[in-house]
Amino acid sequence: MTRRRVKRARNGTFELRIPADERELLRSLGPQMRAVLTQEGDADAAVERLFPVAYPTDEDRQTEYRLLVHDELLESHLGALTVLEETADADRLDQDQLSAWMRAVNEVRLVLGTRLGVTEEGDERPLDLRDPRAPAYAVYDYLTYLQGEIIEALSAAHDPR
Amino acid sequence: MTTAPVEVKEPEIDDVVVADRPWIVIVWNDPINLMTYVTFVFQKLFGYSLEKATKLMLDVHEKGRAVVSSGPREKAELDVFRLHEHGLWATMEHDT
Repeated sequence: MTRRRVKRARNGTFELRIPADERELLRSLGPQMRAVLTQEGDADAAVERLFPVAYPTDEDRQTEYRLLVHDELLESHLGALTVLEETADADRLDQDQLSAWMRAVNEVRLVLGTRLGVTEEGDERPLDLRDPRAPAYAVYDYLTYLQGEIIEALSAAHDPR
Repeated sequence: MTTAPVEVKEPEIDDVVVADRPWIVIVWNDPINLMTYVTFVFQKLFGYSLEKATKLMLDVHEKGRAVVSSGPREKAELDVFRLHEHGLWATMEHDT
């Protein structure tokens, strides 16, 4: 049984018990994602996944909407990643910080998952560890696990029972 | 007794109907967001009970989509934005 990595404390904060190598991975996500999200030129489908179309049947309104909100949405995504990066070594987070972790981890999952072409069945994972996609799947699966722990901790705070 | 005919400008009915029709916000199924995450986001953003949020999440998962909120265009756009901030695949359209 793996040890719980995110635990809600009585005072409403959240205790992080994350091994050093995992923290190193988490710290590296911010700069990598920032590079992906702010790259020049045509964005790839994985990046577009973080900027979905609001008006799929109305091109004019969609153009207007995107002009209006794209930069704000980008700032919001980057802001969550910055919190993750800056608090990657913390022993304790408040609720806002953990909520930012939740969003940042999910942003990485969305980009990585889109690139890997994951499906709901999850049966596309390479069985051979020498497969070039194996490391990306390992990161994706770890982040899915961590995301589950974060949601469980935040849900307990949100819906106390 | 009679009065002079007054020319009344008829409102353009189509415009009025369209303006009054609320906008609906739809969340679509995707293979990456976790079911627990989607439920949590519905609770957090819209203040829905766990029961209601879970039902909407299951509609997304099983039927492919669910209407999660509705209202004037400005409100719907804000809801879509907040859902996009959380990585959910949300769109909006006029209620039919």
